[in-house]
Amino acid sequence: MSGVLVIAETRRGELRDVSLELVTAAMDVNDPAGGRLTVAVIDGSPEAHAQALGANGVDEVVTVTSPVEHFEAHVAQRAVEALIDELDPTLIVCGHTIDALGFGPAVAAARGLGFASDVTRIAWDGGPIASRGAYGDKLQAELDFPGRERVLLLVRAGAFEPASGGGGASVRALDVDLGDAVRTEHVDFVEVGAGDVDITKADFLLSIGRGIEDKDNIPQFEELADKMGATLSVSRPIVDAGWMSNARQVGQSGKTVKPKVYLALGISGAVQHLAGMQKADTIIAVNTDPEAPIFTVAHYGAVTDLFEVADELEQHF
Amino acid sequence: MKVVVPVKQVANLDDEFELDDDGTGVDPDSVEWELNEWDTFSVEAALQLAEAGDGTEVVVVSVGDEEADEGLLACLAKGADRAVRIWDDGLEGADALAVARVLAAAVERESPDLVLCGVQSSDAVAGATGVALAAHLGLPRVAVVNKLDYDAASSTATVERELEGGLVEVLRVRCPALLTIQTGINEPRYATLRAIKQARDKPLEVVELAALALDGAAVAQAAGARTRALRHHEKGEGAEMIDGSAADVAGRIAEIVKERMSG
Ligand SMILES: Cc1cc2nc3c(=O)[nH]c(=O)nc-3n(C[C@H](O)[C@H](O)[C@H](O)COP(=O)(O)OP(=O)(O)OC[C@H]3O[C@@H](n4cnc5c(N)ncnc54)[C@H](O)[C@@H]3O)c2cc1C
Repeated sequence: MSGVLVIAETRRGELRDVSLELVTAAMDVNDPAGGRLTVAVIDGSPEAHAQALGANGVDEVVTVTSPVEHFEAHVAQRAVEALIDELDPTLIVCGHTIDALGFGPAVAAARGLGFASDVTRIAWDGGPIASRGAYGDKLQAELDFPGRERVLLLVRAGAFEPASGGGGASVRALDVDLGDAVRTEHVDFVEVGAGDVDITKADFLLSIGRGIEDKDNIPQFEELADKMGATLSVSRPIVDAGWMSNARQVGQSGKTVKPKVYLALGISGAVQHLAGMQKADTIIAVNTDPEAPIFTVAHYGAVTDLFEVADELEQHF
Repeated sequence: MKVVVPVKQVANLDDEFELDDDGTGVDPDSVEWELNEWDTFSVEAALQLAEAGDGTEVVVVSVGDEEADEGLLACLAKGADRAVRIWDDGLEGADALAVARVLAAAVERESPDLVLCGVQSSDAVAGATGVALAAHLGLPRVAVVNKLDYDAASSTATVERELEGGLVEVLRVRCPALLTIQTGINEPRYATLRAIKQARDKPLEVVELAALALDGAAVAQAAGARTRALRHHEKGEGAEMIDGSAADVAGRIAEIVKERMSG
């Protein structure tokens, strides 16, 4: 048993960015894990992605042809199990993405693997050591996998830089019998979230989260945003509650924004929120909780009541 | 039809929480408990199915100590028919895979038509329990469901799976199946205090591991990982904390905003 197996992701015929990030994550521990790095792609037409996946440091790209055109969680599970049997890797690295959430934990449970999700760092100390958040990301945990010869990790998208292309990996097709693995029927893809504003175009976002507490408080922040020359954006609970349209949601399932200034009021900074805003040029966070994970990405922070700050801010614009 | 809903009582850290002595957990006295946010949506989805179809039974199941009773009672008060709680001291600190192993044994006894889990819990944020449970049960599953249409005649669920960046996939799955439910799929109801009192008359069964033909060693064997150290985040490199009164903070924020926006 040796080496690292990376499971690439595709969607609607395109390679997803996370795939080459996972290669970088794998390279960090590839040597102690046995020094052989394989990237696998499971898709209706996997060959189309093989070349792009042959990044620097990758030894081999293995393609598995799915019987269905689009991602199917049970097909992915069967394919990854077959890849494990074929390659015998020490470490398997997948994305902490919606698709991988649908098969990664199933592979780990079915095969009795060491497992951790939302991993942001992988180190090695006789075996893999994974870092991830704990208690809603307020603390940082370091995990090991006693008694596990094989470990599967779901790695946070955006936590690693993508590997550069141009490597000389060989490409091989692995024939896996997947005909009866399919257990769901794809009907359609639908785009949601178009709406009255395009928050991705705004240079200055005033963003509010569950800390604003009540629907009746929304107008106050609409006015403040107006005064400050900002566009109002929100975290998910505000959309879930039906207080604002999902066109304004920042995050993994909302929009990715990169404004000059992102002013976050009463947002804890859950990983799925950070996914949409951590590349803003300047992040300012106001939160009463000094342990709120938003302070790990903020450039400026204040531990104080957002309403008091909002009242005072009005005076300045 | 029978719907089983695994639920979890989650740990929130209070303002002055402390790490425990060996630095791998937090002092239990600095934890407050509440029902996992995602589970309020899965419970609601089950209750809505029960209201739509005759004779649908909703069973809530939790792996947890007595703290979990409060959450289970809230589910019963909202309209769940029965609650099951599984506990053994050896389960303290169990991770998602270990919990999934225990849940599998408990859910198997129920032979449900549908299992609805929350996508994740707000404390562990593993996003793994439901899908691992489906693997143990051999059920088809769909993760991160934000719309659910169940057709009783064909025992088929047509669901929307929420993807990244404002894209959803519509797909169909034959039941029995397991779905992990995303926030926003519905509007969870509240239980009145009176209903919570009355819920004490509904069945809440406490099951020990042995009754599920499991033992602590088997569960430990199923765990995916061990926490070997817990520490505070290094706050963002170079993050500057703004101290002072609300007026001071606002003044400084205004300065930064004006400077950056003119640059
Ligand atoms: C698959 C998936 C996709 C998701 N996609 C997204 C997404 O796209 N976008 C997104 O935002 N979330 C998303 N989420 C949800 C995410 O996990 C969090 O639940 C959400 O971001 C929390 O929003 P919040 O920070 O506003 O609320 P909370 O986490 O409840 O935080 C509220 C914060 O306000 C602070 N606060 C309270 N009162 C005050 C006050 N008076 N003054 C100052 N501070 C105060 C609190 O200390 C707390 O930190 C997704 C989740 C999943 C599982």
